[in-house]
Amino acid sequence: MPSRLIIARPVPPAVLDRARQEFDVRFLGDDATSPDALLAQLATHEAEALLLTGAVRLDAAMIASLPPSLRIAGSIGVGYDHIDVAAAEAHGLMVTNTPDVLTDCTADMAMLLLLAACRRGYEYEAIMRAGWRQKFGMPDKLGMRVSGQTLGIVGMGRIGRAMAQRARGFGMRILYHNRHRLPADLEAGAEYFPTLHAMLPQCRCLSLHAPGGAASENLIDAAALALLPEGAVLVNVARGTLVDEEALLAALTSGRLFAAGLDVFRNEPAFDRRFAALPNVFLTPHMGSATVETRDAMGFRALDNIAAVCAGRPAVDPLWGVA
Amino acid sequence: MKPVLLVTRRLPAAVEARATRDYDARLNAADAPRSPADILRLAEGVDAILCCPADRLDAATIGQLPARVRAIATFSVGYEHIALEAARARGIVVCNTPDVLSTATAEIAMLLILAACRRGGEGERMVRAGQWGGWTPTQLLGTQVSSRRLGIFGMGRIGRELARMAGAFGLAVHYHNRRPLPPELARDARYHADDAAFLAECDILALTAPGGAETRHWLDARRLALLARGAVVVNVARGSLIDDAAMLAALHSGHIAAVGLDVYDGEPAVNPGYLALERAVLLPHLGSATVETRDAMGFLALDGIDAVLAGRTPANLVV
Repeated sequence: MPSRLIIARPVPPAVLDRARQEFDVRFLGDDATSPDALLAQLATHEAEALLLTGAVRLDAAMIASLPPSLRIAGSIGVGYDHIDVAAAEAHGLMVTNTPDVLTDCTADMAMLLLLAACRRGYEYEAIMRAGWRQKFGMPDKLGMRVSGQTLGIVGMGRIGRAMAQRARGFGMRILYHNRHRLPADLEAGAEYFPTLHAMLPQCRCLSLHAPGGAASENLIDAAALALLPEGAVLVNVARGTLVDEEALLAALTSGRLFAAGLDVFRNEPAFDRRFAALPNVFLTPHMGSATVETRDAMGFRALDNIAAVCAGRPAVDPLWGVA
Repeated sequence: MKPVLLVTRRLPAAVEARATRDYDARLNAADAPRSPADILRLAEGVDAILCCPADRLDAATIGQLPARVRAIATFSVGYEHIALEAARARGIVVCNTPDVLSTATAEIAMLLILAACRRGGEGERMVRAGQWGGWTPTQLLGTQVSSRRLGIFGMGRIGRELARMAGAFGLAVHYHNRRPLPPELARDARYHADDAAFLAECDILALTAPGGAETRHWLDARRLALLARGAVVVNVARGSLIDDAAMLAALHSGHIAAVGLDVYDGEPAVNPGYLALERAVLLPHLGSATVETRDAMGFLALDGIDAVLAGRTPANLVV
């Protein structure tokens, strides 16, 4: 008997195909987006497993209401600030994420945003779409060269380290802030700063790769932005909650910051529309992991976790119960 | 008495500041275009000219320059706008600004590769237009950049800079060039003398070759067909390298997944077929447009003029 699985949100076709081969699938797609609707589906399907994305909140109240049949909730994505892990553990519900498989793709996106922000990608593209009627003098519309600048990385996990590797190809000096200093082989020459504020004055470029959640809320606030050098560039592919958006808008408008590249926002998709009125930002719709290869791999990894737990084996990427 | 320098067009502030510090500099604050007649008029009493690619210093103009002019430095790598033989005949030294643009231009190539593969332009327009409905696993899926194969046509300075950047993304680099490079310049890049063998290895193709008759419409329908279906093409070199009609046909058929362009055949006119295309990332030929690069170009041009007026041979000598 295949295990009963609820797929709460749309997934790539290859992932849905594999899920249907291995599980008794009920696919909700865009149909059951409210917590109550999802709970009803889980109960009537007597689901043992739930495949979800960051769009589905598993807070303490939701977890307490889950049917007793449910053994695992496998989330597609590396961040898990939409899941109350402590409540899941107390409830005995295994929860998993999909690390590793999106590392390269997300670091590629961070470098895309850094290049686009520094080299005025939005403005240049808009000039072309309007038919390129302007001529530019030698001092006009100049961007900032990325190569040779100093890059500060906040959060030196897998994606932060992959970003550092790419930045080395541009001859950048790499600084990082992290809870712990990394061993030398992972550091690969990057300079460690135990305190964020000590690092910021040296960072012409700053890229955020820290997890979301309460501990990192508003990490980049007005005080942090004020410590960056004049004309600095901020990139965020991590979580919108890391940034005080009011302070960021002020710094971009005043010109204190040269530009920003943002893939994530405090409210998604209902982001602060004032960003869309700024010329010196490059904005993308949370597409850090948006390649066919990576999204398939993320979905497969979530299915690997679900298959393991349903078969009575340990999860591949457990979010609790590990030392 | 400082020597007198004619600066034909407005230049970055740091460059004009140095020019003014070291020379009795005649600047062009309004950045008005200068005709050959303007240049001849303004060149009365000057020792050197710092010009731009839009200026035409043809043989007739150079022939009429005052005898006092000893150096012409152009704020560019290219010097097609300067009649070199006429300058040589007059004993005027000509300098340019090589090397210093390579990094900035390679950055634009890498930006175009990432944006074209990852659908950055489409994502940007969707967010700006307020059409973002929320995260889904299937929205705006692009193709991975890391770990794929990048083909570089033209392995000069810009091509080699791009190869170095691409290596940091785990891209395997292949290249096609008139000649193979010595190993210390080629590094990990694999040489293909044959264009068909080269194109078969490209998931992403970057054009960094010179323009001119020899490479005109190099990327034509035949060569496009030799690329794998779903390949991505970027061009930061010269618009003339691409047969636009063939490229647009390949984009519409889906054979080419996306294109990233900083240069255009016949620019500033652009084939209108590109302008409405979601899968195109389009930039207005600003490959060298960074403060750092434009300053470096101006400083190098001034270095050349300094050297000539001091009786030395400039490092950036053309003739």
